[in-house]
Amino acid sequence: MELSAEYLREKLQRDLEAEHVEVEDTTPNRCSSSFRVLVVSAKFEGKPLLQRHRLVNTCLAEELLHIHAFEQKTLTPEQWAREQQK
Amino acid sequence: MSGTLGRAAAALLRWGRGAGGGGLRGPGVRAASSGGSGSAEHLDALVKKDKVVVFLKGTPEQPQCGFSNAVVQILRLHGVRDYAAYNVLDDPQLRQGIKDYSNWPTIPQVYLNGEFVGGCDILLQMHQNGDLVEELKKLGIRSALLDEKKDQDSK
Repeated sequence: MELSAEYLREKLQRDLEAEHVEVEDTTPNRCSSSFRVLVVSAKFEGKPLLQRHRLVNTCLAEELLHIHAFEQKTLTPEQWAREQQK
Repeated sequence: MSGTLGRAAAALLRWGRGAGGGGLRGPGVRAASSGGSGSAEHLDALVKKDKVVVFLKGTPEQPQCGFSNAVVQILRLHGVRDYAAYNVLDDPQLRQGIKDYSNWPTIPQVYLNGEFVGGCDILLQMHQNGDLVEELKKLGIRSALLDEKKDQDSK
């Protein structure tokens, strides 16, 4: 099963119609397969954090069965724009 | 790309070991209605028994994972001392059961007032944006950070 950062990035981008996605393979820092993702999508607008994270979890449901550790940050395009200005 | 298969395999092996070596998910893991430690009924009672309930890898005194440790430290910062912590490493049924119950793939998991809040990422963001102080207040728990701030304001 394909489990590369690139694969995850493309899937997230596609399924969540994301404006911006970053996927970092953090496995070297941890004991086994780990990823940190940042997803920027208009689909997150008006949704509380938990709902946003569940969208991501659903998108990667199959992959998460084989990932040991997973960190995620979910932003709306507006939040992302603000963050970049800092 | 090299080593990807190796890592996935390592993850599977690791899970197998942790869950008693009986395969990807340990024996009896989906015993949903038999009242075992991983059953929905049991977990429902657990998360409602206390105002603040966390499922960790390890214990508050000895977290076994960076993310679980983060949850412990955040609660400590807010002065939350009275909370229920369940160590999923002690119990493979609990470990899988809580993931099914919450429909959430990872540990740690945080429940406030019987409601699933999220994992470490969410708790951290709530801590940073002030939401955690508010949620604790709703539970009748006064965050220690409020007192810190008062001290600072009056200096």
